[in-house]
Amino acid sequence: MEFNLKIWRQKNAKAKGHFETYHISGIEEDASFLEMLDILNEQLIREGNDPVAVERGCQSSGPVSFDHDCREGICGACSLYIDGRAHGPDDHVTTCQLFMRHFKDGATITVEPFRSAAFPVIKDLVVDRSAFDKILQAGGFISVRTGAAQDANNILIPHDRAEESMDAAACVGCGACVATCKNGSAMLFVAARVSSLALLPQGRPEAKRRAKAMVAKMDELGFGNCTNTRACEMECPKGISVAHIARLNREFLKAKFSD
Amino acid sequence: MADKLISKIPDGPLAEKWTKRKSELHLVSPNNKRKLEIIVVGTGLGGASAAASLGELGYNVKIFCISDTPRRAHSIAAQGGINAAKNYQNDNDSIYRLFYDTIKGGDYRSREANVYRLAEVSASIIDQCVAQGVPFAREYGGYLANRSFGGVQVSRTFYARGQTGQQLLLGAYASLNKEIAAGTVKAYPRHEMLDLVIIDGQAKGIIARNLVTGQLERFGAHAVVIATGGYGNTYFLSTNAMNSNGSAAVQCFKKGAYFANPCFAQIHPTCIPVHGDQQCKLTLMSESLRNDGRIWVPKKKEDVEKLRKHEIKASQIPEEDRDYYLERRYPAFGNLVPRDVASRAAKERCDAGFGVNETGKAVFLDFSDAINRLGHQRVAERYGNLFDMYEKITASSPWKEPMMIYPAIHYTMGGIWVDYDLQTTIPGLYAIGEANFSDHGGNRLGASALMQGLADGYFILPVTINDYLSKKFAEPKTDINAKEFVMAEKAVQARIDRLFSINGTEPVDAIHKALGQIMWEYVGMARDEKGLKTAITEIRALKEKFYKNVKVPGTQYEFNQELEKALRLEDFFEIGELMARDALNRSESCGGHFRVESQTEEGEAKRDDANFMYVAAWEYKGEGQEPELHKEKLNYEFIEVKTRNYKD
Repeated sequence: MEFNLKIWRQKNAKAKGHFETYHISGIEEDASFLEMLDILNEQLIREGNDPVAVERGCQSSGPVSFDHDCREGICGACSLYIDGRAHGPDDHVTTCQLFMRHFKDGATITVEPFRSAAFPVIKDLVVDRSAFDKILQAGGFISVRTGAAQDANNILIPHDRAEESMDAAACVGCGACVATCKNGSAMLFVAARVSSLALLPQGRPEAKRRAKAMVAKMDELGFGNCTNTRACEMECPKGISVAHIARLNREFLKAKFSD
Repeated sequence: MADKLISKIPDGPLAEKWTKRKSELHLVSPNNKRKLEIIVVGTGLGGASAAASLGELGYNVKIFCISDTPRRAHSIAAQGGINAAKNYQNDNDSIYRLFYDTIKGGDYRSREANVYRLAEVSASIIDQCVAQGVPFAREYGGYLANRSFGGVQVSRTFYARGQTGQQLLLGAYASLNKEIAAGTVKAYPRHEMLDLVIIDGQAKGIIARNLVTGQLERFGAHAVVIATGGYGNTYFLSTNAMNSNGSAAVQCFKKGAYFANPCFAQIHPTCIPVHGDQQCKLTLMSESLRNDGRIWVPKKKEDVEKLRKHEIKASQIPEEDRDYYLERRYPAFGNLVPRDVASRAAKERCDAGFGVNETGKAVFLDFSDAINRLGHQRVAERYGNLFDMYEKITASSPWKEPMMIYPAIHYTMGGIWVDYDLQTTIPGLYAIGEANFSDHGGNRLGASALMQGLADGYFILPVTINDYLSKKFAEPKTDINAKEFVMAEKAVQARIDRLFSINGTEPVDAIHKALGQIMWEYVGMARDEKGLKTAITEIRALKEKFYKNVKVPGTQYEFNQELEKALRLEDFFEIGELMARDALNRSESCGGHFRVESQTEEGEAKRDDANFMYVAAWEYKGEGQEPELHKEKLNYEFIEVKTRNYKD
């Protein structure tokens, strides 16, 4: 297969970005999208494209930087906005699990970083998602010390409740929800954590504090508000339901009323 | 020179050793803990749990990871589960049985005392994780559910769908976040350790590169903990994450830490087969699938030919023409034999010409019996997400046709040598999780990596490290302007400058792929003397080529992934050669290490206890010099050493 790739290039957070277009051929249908980018980078390096040489008139900014790691759809490192969709045209996958058989041979594919005020670009397609860590540090945990736990079977959790908690806990923290939301809201991300813990008896003692603190931190970090468009749910690679946002809202209101 | 391999295994009965050691270890009072600093490198299960636990104790902890957030560490990708000797199933499980299975599974090349301790603390791990809110699978009554894994005859594996590693890591990461919020831990994401700093023979800090700005930074502490995982990516194609690497371990090795049993690499039997030369990563299909999936190849060569030409489908081959070779060869354990045994059996069938895909390197993993027996819904509950994942990658549905699988590099049992306290041969330097060597011997059992990472991080290191630090609280903060730091930083700078100065034409990945081919060919599933010698020669030649031809574009002072990869590849050359050298020395077959020269008439691995019942610990002797071998003899006081038998 062959493709024209229109890729966002940006030297660093302060530089102005631009698109560059590359042609790539000889790609197997079974290759993943990121393997295709690996091949492009090898090609660019072999052609002598080097960002150092751009100032001297080289036509490309060298190999393309992009975040990736496990390539199994679980670590949440890969991002990419591909042809206008977070993680590309396939449903319920991260970019690393997107395969070239989903594209038409000869297509032009546009690749951009996840864009959001709260996710500044570091370089090319790499963005800074550390705001997510800060939200979780505000309260996305249960305060148990190592060694303080009772026997695991002393806490009974009905099967369906554990499964629902697991549905929310499946969040990989990739940020597709934020990149997709027209308001740049992180509600689905916050809701996934709040809901997962709120459903468990172990999570109840701190439930009020957790909901308030995480929402406050989300607002402080410049994420937008939720206007119930459900775009986040559509693009979430793990299919996390907006029902968890409803639970977050209930938890948050309960906490506010008891103030 | 005095022998550095002092294992510090306490005397006394096996079941009392850990209690005894704990009672001997010195403590550090809370007011003194506040004066002490600890560096933890790596944020997987081991690193995150250790940093969180040390922070809770009141130490000042700095934790480093190469990814953008601690939660990306590769522990997250573990699918199947975590073992614990809870005996919740009343199937006569016990600490002793978990210990015994692990020692036997490791083919009698791990330390009795360490493994017993691992089994002993395993139950507390489950308690801790449940308390953190890890949503383990539950039965309808609300009690925890279990499943079975390879190499054992009880159900002791706890799981959270096919995402157990993710959920355990998110638990440890949450505890880490709690401590970051409390100010006891400071996290340094997108930082890569590039050297270990030693002052007066003791580990005192690291040199790290800030991966965003490219600056080299110095960090001092009273002790350093390495939790950077294994070195499976030496093979280029593996189930490890793309950025997993063995560099921190190599830096410690070069600074004097002994490296133990490097040749023990685990080849996992159930991975999606290689599809072509554009591939960069192999995907694991959880071992839990072997609970209900049956592995087979056709009995007839003509069926194999037709499969390869896509003239027939697997489901069209009648039952009597299928060879369920694991059930045939190992009736007692069947499809649940340990990983090394299952991998070699797959290779044997494929080498005999029965491989079922175009490349001849695949076998079937079939769920049709399970679907008939349990029904669609129950199979979906157990494996639904794995089936989806397989279909996304291969465009073939395991509901209709069997999966195709083949072995791939997955885990490394070898690692930095540590004593019973998890301290390396360098005082003040500790290694935990996959980065050390201690618990899995020649082969790791499924669902035991998560157990070991968390055992080390939550329950062992936070106890043992106090003993060392109890002598350090009077020492001032480490001075990062000391000459040792300056020298180490200069050496790292010289390495980076050298890489940019080469200015060749070959991309790093292309050379790494070539290294991977050498490793897989000669240091893979079957090894022999001639091949291992060839490997050493070829690795050296490739390394020379690297220093002549590699191209690292860009500059140091920017986000530069090619530079990151080039630095890691330098260290993979070192490990690759060390693995080959260790494999050459160990002329027995043992666990994941199979020497062609040492097998039984039936082609089973043949151990040589008389000559090789030791840990091979290698000491670095300088660039281009042969490393020196030290031996730690393994004593089995409490169990009878037997030939592993999974047949009856």
